[in-house]
Amino acid sequence: MIKRLLKDFRWDVLPFPGRVLAFVFFAALFVLPLFVDKTFVLLTIIFSNIFVIFAVSWDVLSGYTGMLNFGHALFFGVGAYGSALLYKHLGWQPWATIPVGVVAATLTGLLTCIPALRLRGPYLSLFTLSFPLVLYGLIRAFPEFTGGGPGIWGLPRVSGSPIGEYYIILIIMTVSVLIMWKLTQFENRNVRTGIIFEAIRGDEITARASGINTITYKLVAFAVGGLFAGLAGALYAHAMTLASPGSLSLTLSFQVVVWAVFGGMATIYGSVAGVYALYPLMQILRPLAQYRLLILFVGLVFVLIYMPEGFAVWIRNKIERECPRCKLNNAAWRKECRACGVSLRG
Amino acid sequence: MIERIVILTLVRGGVYAVLASGMTFIFGVGGMLNLAYTAFVMLTGYGMYYFTKELGWGNIPSIGVSVVGVVLLSVLIYRFFIDKVRQHGEVILLMTVGFAMIFQEAILVIFGSYYRSTTYLVPGATKILGVSVPNQYLLILGVTVALFVILRLVLTKTKVGIALGATASDAEVATLVGINVARTMQLSMGIAACMAAVAGVLVSSIWTISPFMWVDPLGTILVIIILGGLGSIKGSLIGAFIVALVEVATQLMVPAGVYLSTPFVMIILIIVLVVRPGGLFGLVFEEERL
Repeated sequence: MIKRLLKDFRWDVLPFPGRVLAFVFFAALFVLPLFVDKTFVLLTIIFSNIFVIFAVSWDVLSGYTGMLNFGHALFFGVGAYGSALLYKHLGWQPWATIPVGVVAATLTGLLTCIPALRLRGPYLSLFTLSFPLVLYGLIRAFPEFTGGGPGIWGLPRVSGSPIGEYYIILIIMTVSVLIMWKLTQFENRNVRTGIIFEAIRGDEITARASGINTITYKLVAFAVGGLFAGLAGALYAHAMTLASPGSLSLTLSFQVVVWAVFGGMATIYGSVAGVYALYPLMQILRPLAQYRLLILFVGLVFVLIYMPEGFAVWIRNKIERECPRCKLNNAAWRKECRACGVSLRG
Repeated sequence: MIERIVILTLVRGGVYAVLASGMTFIFGVGGMLNLAYTAFVMLTGYGMYYFTKELGWGNIPSIGVSVVGVVLLSVLIYRFFIDKVRQHGEVILLMTVGFAMIFQEAILVIFGSYYRSTTYLVPGATKILGVSVPNQYLLILGVTVALFVILRLVLTKTKVGIALGATASDAEVATLVGINVARTMQLSMGIAACMAAVAGVLVSSIWTISPFMWVDPLGTILVIIILGGLGSIKGSLIGAFIVALVEVATQLMVPAGVYLSTPFVMIILIIVLVVRPGGLFGLVFEEERL
């Protein structure tokens, strides 16, 4: 078992500089609390991890299948409110409320998908955009049940100590990202969702003509997206100890698109990198108060002009190069392909 | 009650119609969704506030400077930013969101987050069917009608309008017959921004001016343009009045209607889209192949 893992590491991680970077990054996250115990740093990383789950779930649903969902905050909000309402009305604890919130968000994903199945392109995007606004309206309209404008306060945390919370959320994040990565992996032979999502994005009619039931796979995409976005929402509610209507805002729906596209769409690592590049930056720039969003978005616009495929993809293209003959990725500094020996220079 | 609903629907529908038709226009011609669109409304609102209240200018120069400024700004943004990423649809979206946020934050830095207001362009009120209607509302209706007539004439009678239509239906063939597509797109961006600016001038005195005033109308307008069908100006006109009617009726007749108007609008939208997936007058994407 351990031998097998070492072998995988030797042949599937080390030759790819991008994967080495990802490995080092996750390893660093796991050992970080041993060296740093500032609450600010830990909290920033906790929230970054929650938003990583959220952004990656958007990437699975929208980046891979091409159904751009502009109302992803809906699932986040259902997850957050699902668990918060269970605590408020029934007094349940996080280990019970979070799974129920997640189930609620998954069901919401399936329900949203039913009208959305008939639509495509911009119609779908704009249609989904208005769903969170509906839930927002309902929450404001029944304040006794839902807490109204200020939201539901005083939720319990997932763990008593910040370090415990850090590790719980980090592990949940790692497992979620791994699952979603496996689900969307193009080469995966056991689960075909990755290649089928890609087919739906490329040409849905051809996909259907090749015998793929695209409706099922669209439902799967919405369910997976809803599931993990709901998980992020439920974790967020317990980490903030608050579920507020702000978690359904248009801003949050756009924010997740910003993260995913900034890093690079339809690449799981792009969303992770997007969140980790932008969210901590926002927190570090906090002393600049009213200028920070201005700086952030001016920066964003310029990054988009020069790296329209996303900055993580841009970096990856700098450090990895595809062999022209066998299509295998090599480190950019190799002179010849490690498999077929063809020259990579010139 | 009925009279109030009718009058308010007409006024609100008029504003929505101007806004939605500009947005659907730029989609029809350029195939791009400009989410910074309502931010232009906000900028015009602040322009009107700044020139009339802080500098004490008259109405006419303020309107002129605000509208021309916003149109210039939009054309420059198109020329120097959006044109460069035209191949990447989702990047355009993101970039327009980015610009909307830049405007919002810039306004926050310059003017602060206070709520502002301007005075009505035309004072007084007229009694129609027993409802006292401020003259400003009548002005809004009049300008809406005039704007639609002008737009219709420009699109069908002038050479520029025909070029716009050609670009809208097939950009490649338009290039073949000698239309400068890049310039036409720039022009359509300018026209759309002009409509946003006119709407901004009209609503600056009836809406509260704040840096966040672009968010709520954006959702409504997006609903209207998919209800009417993307790219169809007629559709957005009808969609605007349907949505305005539903909103006004819920807000006046249902308890807690202010918050419930969006769910009601959405129910209408779901029904329309289930029956006609392309909106009322839109293209159906079913057969489209790349």
